[in-house]
Amino acid sequence: MTVLAERLPAGAHAEHHDEPTLIVKWLTTTDHKVIGLSYTITSVILFFLSGIMALAMRVQLSSPGGAGMSPQTYNELFTMHGAIMLYLFAGPFAFGGLANYIVPLQVGAPDMAFPRLNAFSYWLYLSGSITMLLGFFTSTGAAAFGWVAYAPLSSSVYSPGPGADLFIMGLFLTGFSAVFTAVNLITTIFYLRAPGLTMFRMPIFTWNMLVTALLILIAFPVLTAAMLLLFADRHFGTHFFTVSGGGVPVLYQNLFWFFGHPEVYILALPYFGIITEILPVFSRKPVFGYKGLPFFSLLSLLIAVPTGIKFFNWIGTMWRGQISYKTPMLFAIGFLLGFLMGGLTGVMLASPPIDFATHDTYFVVAHFHQVLLATAVFAGFGGIYFWYPKMFGRMLRDGLGKAHFWTLFVGFWLTYLPQYVLGLKGMPRRVFIYPSGLGWGALNMASTVGAFLIGASFLFMLVNLFVSWRNPIPAGDNPWDGHALEWFTSSPPPHHNFVKLPPIRSERPTWDFNHPDAPVLPHGRHAKEQPALVGVGSPAGTSGGPAQTPSAPADGGTAPGDGSGETGH
Amino acid sequence: MLLGILLGGCKLPTFYGYRGVTSQSHDESLLYEGTVIAAIVVGVITGSLIIWSALRYRRKSDTIPRQFQYHIPLEIFYTVVPIVIVLALFGFTVYTENKIDNVVPNPALNIRVTAFQWGWRYDYTNYHVFVEGVRTEDPDPVGLDGKTCVQSAPTPNDCLGPGLVMPVGETVRITLLSNDVVHGFYVPQFNFSRYALPGVVNRFDFNVQKPGIYRAQCTQLCGLYHAEMFFHVVALPRAQFLAWVHGSQPQPITDAGPIPTAAQSAKAFVPAAPAATTKSSAAS
Repeated sequence: MTVLAERLPAGAHAEHHDEPTLIVKWLTTTDHKVIGLSYTITSVILFFLSGIMALAMRVQLSSPGGAGMSPQTYNELFTMHGAIMLYLFAGPFAFGGLANYIVPLQVGAPDMAFPRLNAFSYWLYLSGSITMLLGFFTSTGAAAFGWVAYAPLSSSVYSPGPGADLFIMGLFLTGFSAVFTAVNLITTIFYLRAPGLTMFRMPIFTWNMLVTALLILIAFPVLTAAMLLLFADRHFGTHFFTVSGGGVPVLYQNLFWFFGHPEVYILALPYFGIITEILPVFSRKPVFGYKGLPFFSLLSLLIAVPTGIKFFNWIGTMWRGQISYKTPMLFAIGFLLGFLMGGLTGVMLASPPIDFATHDTYFVVAHFHQVLLATAVFAGFGGIYFWYPKMFGRMLRDGLGKAHFWTLFVGFWLTYLPQYVLGLKGMPRRVFIYPSGLGWGALNMASTVGAFLIGASFLFMLVNLFVSWRNPIPAGDNPWDGHALEWFTSSPPPHHNFVKLPPIRSERPTWDFNHPDAPVLPHGRHAKEQPALVGVGSPAGTSGGPAQTPSAPADGGTAPGDGSGETGH
Repeated sequence: MLLGILLGGCKLPTFYGYRGVTSQSHDESLLYEGTVIAAIVVGVITGSLIIWSALRYRRKSDTIPRQFQYHIPLEIFYTVVPIVIVLALFGFTVYTENKIDNVVPNPALNIRVTAFQWGWRYDYTNYHVFVEGVRTEDPDPVGLDGKTCVQSAPTPNDCLGPGLVMPVGETVRITLLSNDVVHGFYVPQFNFSRYALPGVVNRFDFNVQKPGIYRAQCTQLCGLYHAEMFFHVVALPRAQFLAWVHGSQPQPITDAGPIPTAAQSAKAFVPAAPAATTKSSAAS
């Protein structure tokens, strides 16, 4: 007896009668999948641009004398490198791109709650990004006051010229984009979940996106407002941040870090979500300690404790699993090791006396780059390797993916380990040259070599994309034997995502459907009590699965049935 | 307390950090070393668990593993342990920070340090003397034992920028100000940095234990020539300090003698202004 909840594409939009051209289709689309891909592609292009800036800076720093770059150019490059990576890549890549694509699929919705607002968000993001980059084409150059744009350095006195204004306005636009996407995701998750998908049956990825969206609602309006105040100081004669007019420069720092502190979690949580999708699938296990995960996402303010807990959730997920090392899994392990180092050094920096000794040195640079590369690069591109087959219905080559991983992994450690030492020896960040005779040259050269390895690793990914485009290997609906709902529909999903849905009795309905005799063990029962299970079911998706009713997992609380009714916790 | 017992017992490895030349920096370095050891212990345990499970549980067959999801005692354990670690670190942090941030009521010497784009001014308010210098490759003349800075510093580039002369073994009060944008007052061997904020007065004390020349630099991005906003600390024995501050010791910059690294550093540093370091006995 096949029990499937039939679901009409609710909220369908008017059909297009005349097929418009591809470009018009893209310009006018409200499909969350197309918008999500647009976000992803735009942010990855910006990531490459910003990466090239980083390589140029590493060349300049490879020896004490520098390579002839002017301080103005260097200051512009690190400002834009940081701004692009943090505002235009790391956030939008996961939150605008992957969340947009995956969350509606994971909650079994036909689209986002507000499809037109979603499109508007993307166009705001794109125009904001272009606005910020246009600074390079002005006569005074792009903004050169660091990605934090501290007042009064960012005032019209110390940073005249349109580059700074374009930076501020670019942030203003992308700030609104983030807020709109957050509103959209929250509404989607609260109101468009499929029948039976209670909050505590949502995949962790969706949970983390929900928490991220709430944090964005708290943080981004403050940043956007601070940018407006800064703009008013620059052009309308106000004195919010200038001492001469009775203003307070520290006010800017306070406003900025009111945004900046939650921003850390806004950047990290989506990537934690990706890792928490990849590890269980490739370990063939449920997420360990599932119910603790969303709870501690909410309590992230004491970051070390919940992050430590997450580590043990991830290790517990792999523990006694059957781990297969496909490319996404390697990236997930790379994330774990990189984030462990970045996290531990973060705990050290959280102690003010240690921060006194290392503040604004390369120790800090190494710390936050390790955290950000672990998340946005290892977890982020791990997510791309994981969901690419779903998005395009074709596989990426595993060999090229592994070459990408290992080059990146070696480059990652070679780049940042020397920077910790440089920071402890007293090398400040944001310097275009440094004195000779202090023994910093060799460490900087090692770091530069590592940075080029990181850059080179992405060539493997580009080749991989090219090969998969030229010689496609069909992926099928569920190539990894996935757990959540997105693996239940076709690859790529149809216009409104689902033709039918399986009964939802846990946070991994697709697994339950394909492996009806391997549900999650009940609370408080130890692993030894469940007999070893022999591989069952075909890893096929929608229609190829075994025609059985999945037995209800013990934490579900409802009888196996037609998937309607929302009995929650 | 506990920290003191640890301190008395043994010298910990420095892990690339500076042990420091001020009494405040010793406190910092002890906290740093202890924290690194704790981080290594946690990191090795966690890292080994990751690598162990990654290698041990490689997929060997098509068997579906047991689908366990919860283990309440274990979850409580790994929640409580990080909380305990963080609380312990917090305790040591508070203890150390109070010692570092402590300012005495009557310091032996007051120096008002004013940062500006792109240089430093030091007002010795008790003596009506000030020193001002901008970014420069010309080393400041004042060194130890009547020698020039370059002659007494470990490497000549330690002498870049204006010298902040202070006595050894006495509490020196720094009052930190900024004339324009945010700067960072950072002396690596003091294990210390602090923002110089326009409109804000920051006060802190140093007690230098060892005579010497200590390289220093602005750490907070302050515009075009931030990278060259050097300074250095010249810690002199009290008699030499008094000789300097009363005007008998310092030589004019032209007497600084040959600068061994001029050729070496010429490539790295663009001279900023013709005037390098000036000391004036004008009232502050």
